[in-house]
Amino acid sequence: MPDEVPAVRLTSITKRFPGVVANRDIDLTINKGEVHALCGENGAGKSTLMKILYGMQKPDEGTIEIDGQEVSFKTPADAIARGIGMVHQHFKLADNLTVLENVILGAEPKRRGRIDFDAAREKIREMSAAYGLRVDPDVLVETLGVGDRQRVEILKVLYRGAKVLILDEPTAVLVPQEVDELFGNLRELKAEGLTVLFISHKLDEVLSVADAISVIRRGTSVATCLDPREITSRRLAELMVGSELPTPELRESTVTEDVQLDVAKLTVLTPEGRPVVDDVSLRIRRGEIVGLAGVEGNGQSELIEALMGIRSADTGTITYGGDDITHWPTRKRREAGIAYIPEDRHRHGLVLEGALWENRMLGHQTQRPNVRGPWIDRGGARRDTTRIVQAYDVRTPGIDVPAAALSGGNQQKLIVGREMSGEPRLLIAAHPTRGIDVGAQAAIWEYLRQARAAGLAVLLISADLEELIGMSDTLHVILRGRLVARVDPGTVTPEELGSAMTGAGSDAGAADE
Amino acid sequence: MSEPQETPKTAPAPAGGGSPEHVPAWQAILRGLGPRGWALRLGAPVLALVISLVITMILLRVTGADPVSSIQSMIDYGTTDSSIVDILNRATRYYLSAVAVAIGFRMALLNIGVDGQYRLAAFLAAALGGALTLPAPFGQMLVIVAAMLIGGLWAAIAGILKVTRGVSEVLSTIMLNAIATGVIAYLLNDKRLAEVRPGSNNVATAQIPESGRVGPFNGALNSIFSGPVLWVILVAGAAAIVYLSYRKQVAAGEPGKSPVAGLVLGVIGAAVFVAVTALVVGPILTDLPGEVYGLLPMAVVVGIVFWVVINFTRFGFDLKVSGLSPTAAQASGVSAKRMVVITMIASGAVAGLIGMPELLGASYEYSLNFPAGLGFTGITVALLGRNHPFGIALAALLFAFLDQTSDVLQEVDVPKEIVGVMQGVVVLTVVIVYELVRRWEIRLQQRTVAAELATGHDLAKGAA
Repeated sequence: MPDEVPAVRLTSITKRFPGVVANRDIDLTINKGEVHALCGENGAGKSTLMKILYGMQKPDEGTIEIDGQEVSFKTPADAIARGIGMVHQHFKLADNLTVLENVILGAEPKRRGRIDFDAAREKIREMSAAYGLRVDPDVLVETLGVGDRQRVEILKVLYRGAKVLILDEPTAVLVPQEVDELFGNLRELKAEGLTVLFISHKLDEVLSVADAISVIRRGTSVATCLDPREITSRRLAELMVGSELPTPELRESTVTEDVQLDVAKLTVLTPEGRPVVDDVSLRIRRGEIVGLAGVEGNGQSELIEALMGIRSADTGTITYGGDDITHWPTRKRREAGIAYIPEDRHRHGLVLEGALWENRMLGHQTQRPNVRGPWIDRGGARRDTTRIVQAYDVRTPGIDVPAAALSGGNQQKLIVGREMSGEPRLLIAAHPTRGIDVGAQAAIWEYLRQARAAGLAVLLISADLEELIGMSDTLHVILRGRLVARVDPGTVTPEELGSAMTGAGSDAGAADE
Repeated sequence: MSEPQETPKTAPAPAGGGSPEHVPAWQAILRGLGPRGWALRLGAPVLALVISLVITMILLRVTGADPVSSIQSMIDYGTTDSSIVDILNRATRYYLSAVAVAIGFRMALLNIGVDGQYRLAAFLAAALGGALTLPAPFGQMLVIVAAMLIGGLWAAIAGILKVTRGVSEVLSTIMLNAIATGVIAYLLNDKRLAEVRPGSNNVATAQIPESGRVGPFNGALNSIFSGPVLWVILVAGAAAIVYLSYRKQVAAGEPGKSPVAGLVLGVIGAAVFVAVTALVVGPILTDLPGEVYGLLPMAVVVGIVFWVVINFTRFGFDLKVSGLSPTAAQASGVSAKRMVVITMIASGAVAGLIGMPELLGASYEYSLNFPAGLGFTGITVALLGRNHPFGIALAALLFAFLDQTSDVLQEVDVPKEIVGVMQGVVVLTVVIVYELVRRWEIRLQQRTVAAELATGHDLAKGAA
């Protein structure tokens, strides 16, 4: 339903940073009431363009028109005032506040000088019903799963009166059912007359939800307003990266008979005594990748933390290469060769303010080449960081820059390189390719394949079901802390896996057991 | 589907600027010569001090004084020989106190209880020292070790409460301060550990015997800053600076760092060092009239140990990481509970040292007149010095200077309390300026990284 006046029209947007042109002559037209997808690899200039549209940066050249009127944003507040809202990839919510408090934060309705919580609650209920967002305003955000948090973010933006919603890679953190739900929400938003700008590099999703697609590559638009009915995902991928889309797949089996990790009847309880990991038994052999599929918040994080010794197991045993490590501290486990790619790289994987070489030491600060006895071996750590940067293609001008200065994909490659160092025997990889671009994703898959061939045992947790199916030798499904099914990655489809994860179809599990 | 790429080099260069531009040579030299980090590290405090000086002068103006002449008289008075002795002694106390606080700050642990820790430690150690007579080095060592133990144990209470019961260390240390005050008041009594000084209302512990005291540092200062020792220091210091600067530039053979720049930078640094030592510090520190604390070198050693531990040891790394990101520290295998207790004990042990220079070098007893409140000054000094051993030294000297010269303000009809305001202004300005500069630097770095990558300056590609 294209209108005469587009909701947003960007004309010849150019943005230069010292020595770089981040955006060059980008034109983008978004019609009212459509879901418009913007595709491009990380670093292609999507974020810069969105920051310009959201008032976080000013373009050097070019104009922005909203509803046919030329505007100039100095701050995001200006953009919000013109009805533009953004849902960031990394949620910006305060854990210890309720949904209601998070939503109204900074835009509190007042009555006689006091915050009118009742009016706000009423409004949130109405909006959440109208858009099918299913959010209870009075629960604490820390108790919510990823999908719920995202809905809170969307609600927050809508609450401020947004007419144009920018969603930055909203599906990166969701499972298929949640993605479907999100897309359902987006359609409802569209039906209510809102415009959605959807940033993604997952092409199937883009094709299924978007009304129009624009692609940018290397800072310039290579295609605008494509019709999703007339384009294949293959063609889109070529537009995006100039090459074909990599697929997660394993070639020949490298599984051996040696059991590297044997988890028996592991149970982890919450402080209230509720089991979050419930009687989990699991074996990983050398040269085997064991995938764990599950909707986020079903005990995966707790299981990983128990395996790493960050959280203590309440009952059950963890045996690692013959040793009972159930009561070992984290450091001893790491020293014994358990590598860990955490799910949240900013909170658990890196010290953002630290230099790259300091981050290379993280988690390995008792091992060579980083230390000699109680002393830090700067030379050794720095040399090895340089090696990782080169071997894992971490794009950085040097190893003294802080980790915060790298893009997400490069941060992740540094973490993967670090964890693959020192000949680990077990790798616990949580979402190793979350939110990173296609090239880096293919690279990380290749590293996993190589390490597996060299005899590494891997526990792979991912929300990307294609990755799970393609990269696993064995695949378990976890639901409410229990392993409910074991499926054959050779035959299962993402849809079947998705229903097993939600507990809807016990058929997928039963078929294989 | 397609074969996965063998080499992961398919990702396009971020934010593509068409033809790769070369980094001009002069820029590369500049980058080696004066990395942004260094410029900012020197520039930020200077900027902050200039701003706070301006604010202070405005304040003086508002109170009706002549700002220029007030500050002039502070400087005149502060640079007299006898003032310098007092400033050095004050700065020694402030320095130790600030290091004790900074150890906790480094891992985001707020030890507000340094005050109670040092007073209790000094008091009990004084009582111990007064009760025993041991031959020369042992008496002093015993008192110092006892003070460190007591300070460490008193601080450990807060650490253990935090890890076992989840009590905030801010609350527990504040309460422990009050308890320490009570304990000292109870024990500092002629029926218990102290005696009343005849002819006054003062109550004090027994005097530490001659053999247990530490003599003044003046003699050592005189010999250090004259004759052959000075030459040795100048030559060795200059050589070390040049070598370290060179090493730093060629470390790990990373591209883009020029050894020549390292040498040039080193020579400049060495020249500054020689000039400052021989022409400024030397003349000031020789032939001082009063007694400089004999334990002043102990403060220097504590600073060096702090610096070495933070930068060159595993423990220091764990400490830093715990401060910057507790979650990442935990995932990397740092035991948060252990770190909290150890850090509190270390902080308390250094706090125990705060009273030692005064106790062993000047008062020889703990009395009602023993300097109090140093723990709180330490918090502001640590903030001002950015928890860095060298920064804290400068901050301690500045605070000591301000405190010492506050008296002279009364002579020019300015209330001496204005100095407290000045100290507040300095700390606030520094904290704010540093934070702004830090944010700006992160943005700058992100931008430079993108820029350097786009212009082909890429470590990953460089050596492939």
